[in-house]
Amino acid sequence: MNEQSDIKKLTPKDFASDQEVRWCPGCGDYAILKCMQRTLPEIGTDPANIVFVSGIGCSSRFPYYMSTYGFHTIHGRAPAIATGLKLANPDLDVWVVTGDGDGLSIGGNHMLHVLRRNVDLNILLFNNEIYGLTKGQYSPTSKPGTVSPSTPYGSVEGSVSACAFALGSGGRFIARIIDTDQKHMPDIFKRAHANKGASFVEIFQNCPIYNDKVFADFTEKATAAETRLYCQHGERLIFGKESDKGIRLNIDTLGLEVVSIGENGVKEDDILIHDETNRMLAHMLVALEPPDFPVALGVIYADPAPSFDYSVHKQIEMVTAERGKGDLGALMRGGRTWTVN
Amino acid sequence: MSATVATKLTSEPPNFEELESAVVRFAGDSGDGMQMTGAQFTTSTALAGADLATFPDFPAEIRAPAGTTFGVSAFQINFGSGTVLTAGDEPDVLVTMNPAALKMNIGELREGGMVVIDTGAFTPRNLQKAGFETNPLEDDTLARFQAIELDISAMTLEAVKSFGLSNKDALRCKNMWTLGLMLWMFGRKRQTVIEWLTTKFEKHPELAAANIAALNAGHAFGETAEMSTGLKSYHIAPAKTEPGLYSTVTGSQAMSWGLVAGAQLADLTIMLGSYPITPASPILHQLSAMKEFGVITFQAEDEIAAICSAIGASFAGLLGITSSSGPGIALKTEAMGLAISTELPLIIVNSQRGGPSTGLPTKTEQSDLYQAIYGRNGDAPLPVLSAASPGDCFETAIEAIRIATKYMTPVMLLTDGYIANAAEPWKIPDMADFKPFPVQHAVAPEDGSEGKPFERNMDTLARVWVKPGTPGLEHRIGGLERDFETGHISYDPENHQKMTDLRHSKIAGIARDIPAQEVTLGEDSGDVAVVGWGSTYGPIDLAVRRARADGIRVSHIHIRHLNPFPTNLESLLAGFDQILIPEMNMGQLYTVLKDRFQLKATAMNKVSGQPFKISEIHQAINELVGKA
Ligand code: SF4
Repeated sequence: MNEQSDIKKLTPKDFASDQEVRWCPGCGDYAILKCMQRTLPEIGTDPANIVFVSGIGCSSRFPYYMSTYGFHTIHGRAPAIATGLKLANPDLDVWVVTGDGDGLSIGGNHMLHVLRRNVDLNILLFNNEIYGLTKGQYSPTSKPGTVSPSTPYGSVEGSVSACAFALGSGGRFIARIIDTDQKHMPDIFKRAHANKGASFVEIFQNCPIYNDKVFADFTEKATAAETRLYCQHGERLIFGKESDKGIRLNIDTLGLEVVSIGENGVKEDDILIHDETNRMLAHMLVALEPPDFPVALGVIYADPAPSFDYSVHKQIEMVTAERGKGDLGALMRGGRTWTVN
Repeated sequence: MSATVATKLTSEPPNFEELESAVVRFAGDSGDGMQMTGAQFTTSTALAGADLATFPDFPAEIRAPAGTTFGVSAFQINFGSGTVLTAGDEPDVLVTMNPAALKMNIGELREGGMVVIDTGAFTPRNLQKAGFETNPLEDDTLARFQAIELDISAMTLEAVKSFGLSNKDALRCKNMWTLGLMLWMFGRKRQTVIEWLTTKFEKHPELAAANIAALNAGHAFGETAEMSTGLKSYHIAPAKTEPGLYSTVTGSQAMSWGLVAGAQLADLTIMLGSYPITPASPILHQLSAMKEFGVITFQAEDEIAAICSAIGASFAGLLGITSSSGPGIALKTEAMGLAISTELPLIIVNSQRGGPSTGLPTKTEQSDLYQAIYGRNGDAPLPVLSAASPGDCFETAIEAIRIATKYMTPVMLLTDGYIANAAEPWKIPDMADFKPFPVQHAVAPEDGSEGKPFERNMDTLARVWVKPGTPGLEHRIGGLERDFETGHISYDPENHQKMTDLRHSKIAGIARDIPAQEVTLGEDSGDVAVVGWGSTYGPIDLAVRRARADGIRVSHIHIRHLNPFPTNLESLLAGFDQILIPEMNMGQLYTVLKDRFQLKATAMNKVSGQPFKISEIHQAINELVGKA
């Protein structure tokens, strides 16, 4: 019943709620919202079967702007609530919208477990490396040295890499995209939706108010070709304006290196072919950082396994088939009993 | 709390304190040393100042074949705080070291009595020698008793393994292991036994050491055993005379069954989200084993995820349940507020334990009443119910589900470590006697007019329950204040007042829909009402019985609905000159009642991790009426 049986073709407007969108002008969230409203008609699920679940933060206002079902929950807990929702009704399409603070700080524990359990959720983590709603404090993804109201002399903490965390947690679908990359975003959403399990999508989202241009290293259009590596399964990891650069495995360092095709005897055949089912490769790809490396984008890892909700229900079915449907009266009378006359 | 009655703490172990006297019988093979065991137990008991009478029962044959019924040797002791004139008719506790001993003695054990069994001796060969055709541990033989099945043989071997004894000699120490356990159970000292062993085995110090090690191991087992072993769960339940089919249930069992029963009456599927915690985990275990009932269970990564998953399930249209104990409930607090704000049904079971903080995980207390009624940010009321006994968990769970689904609200269901683990004889209910209350999830209007997902029943004030997947009723909910009409986010001052009033009135209004408060025992007016809630039921009831036998005009009122209170409670209490409120906390119900009804009452508080003694409450009643 998931797929749209109606003849009526839905449009982006059918997915927009009547609520006024209240993000700051220029916020990266707008583009993501628009893209979602544009992609859902293509995915074709009945809006009544879609639920957006969010925590707390700027990005977590997302559900209010969608005309589907939505649950704006409490700080960090969206993955936990979505897990219960999905266990209760595996037929629903459940999207989790979270941010770097919501999903990796206060809700980091839930994020870890929802990924390792492989709950069939589409998780969008809007990473802007700052706390927006509470007015600009540094977040767990902020780079060391970030100056913010709570770190006036610069933060002295290491930062977490969202995708490395997701991979380390046992996530089986890891993708990364930039808020303004409207060309690739619909495809990422579709892939995330199609994956039956926890799909983790990190979206680099610009917060022009508190952390403007923090991703400028690779988000600037002019230098995009040189700073972004778009990973496509089965294709070589080639980038650059002239498609003349590539990623090669360096056997000596057991790491990746950037090479120029045609220089120093490097042939196209030397460039690694992206295999999205290769977890080791995924670990290396998500670790690539500017300025020495381009940022890996696209579907970096996808190696599906049965989802948690599927397995839970499968087990219930199997036990029920084996033991027969439960009869409470019989169960209560089934122990050691005696009769008082 | 000017009129607090001081309670004297004693070193007696929990759950036997309320006994005036007890009859214990040790039974085993002649070679098991039962007489010696009984004698040592007697000495320790006598030294503790109890009056007692004993009845040693030897087999006729000096060397009866081991393991046969002829070879069974038994020793019975009756001891108590008052005068003890006989060795007792029926044992309260029976210790059996092998199948033959069980066979010869089980028939005399008091109904509901405790039988401690060495399962290690229940080998096919021993069963055959005792003449059992089926294993009594697996059939109905033990149905009406509290069976404590322990592999005493194996635990003894483990305890003495460092002494290098032969297997046979090592196994002979199991009577000392058992004695250690029984000494622990009745709060007796080991010292006299240790001295006796040292003298007896003067020439074989390794045997002395091994026997002492076994004795200490048995004692330590009792001390450290979780309540779930049943060891601490022994208490004398009032005689059940109502005809019917009975079994023994623990509170956790009755609670789990009651939750499934309630969900069936509501025509809903259960989703339990829970995180392991003492003493609440048995509910997670029970429900996890009920998959063929369609029950979904989820062992979450933490307490917060546990309640959140349950809220997610309730949003999806299932009955979300979460179960924990005080510290876990504290972690769930924010999410409870979300369930209140979004008006989703939810059952929160709190198996209370000693607090604060980690407190006394395996000891019982009822000190989370404030937490249940008041413990959330904002004005966040929710209904609070409490179970009075293991069996009572069943009906209370059903009532909680009825309220949660009818009023679209989380409900706090209080039990405690004692109730959770104690077993009592329970009349098995007939589900046909319960009136179903099927839930109707909302659907969009058939005439095609706009759906109203925030519509409300103005009688119950409950919001409609719309589950995702329902066409035409798509809507967004959350923890932000929302508009009364449209459900959209609203920061409007008047609206917030209106919504706060609504949440208050909705819960307060439940008072009209719950049974009037009944007098549990006695008349509806008199000199004294002893008012309780939760697991103090047993001792209060027995104490009131005794006081009434003395001619005191005293009644027992036990409250299940703690928020809101039954509408007649105030006038009912007004019919008594004095009110005594015994609680295993510092006076929480006392404070709540005073707050609601400007009541004058006497608090009686005991926070030792141990239940009240009958005599303590009895004495408090006497003091109130000037009879002490
Ligand atoms: S604070 Fe930043 S992230 Fe939040 S809405 Fe404004 S621009 Fe967007």
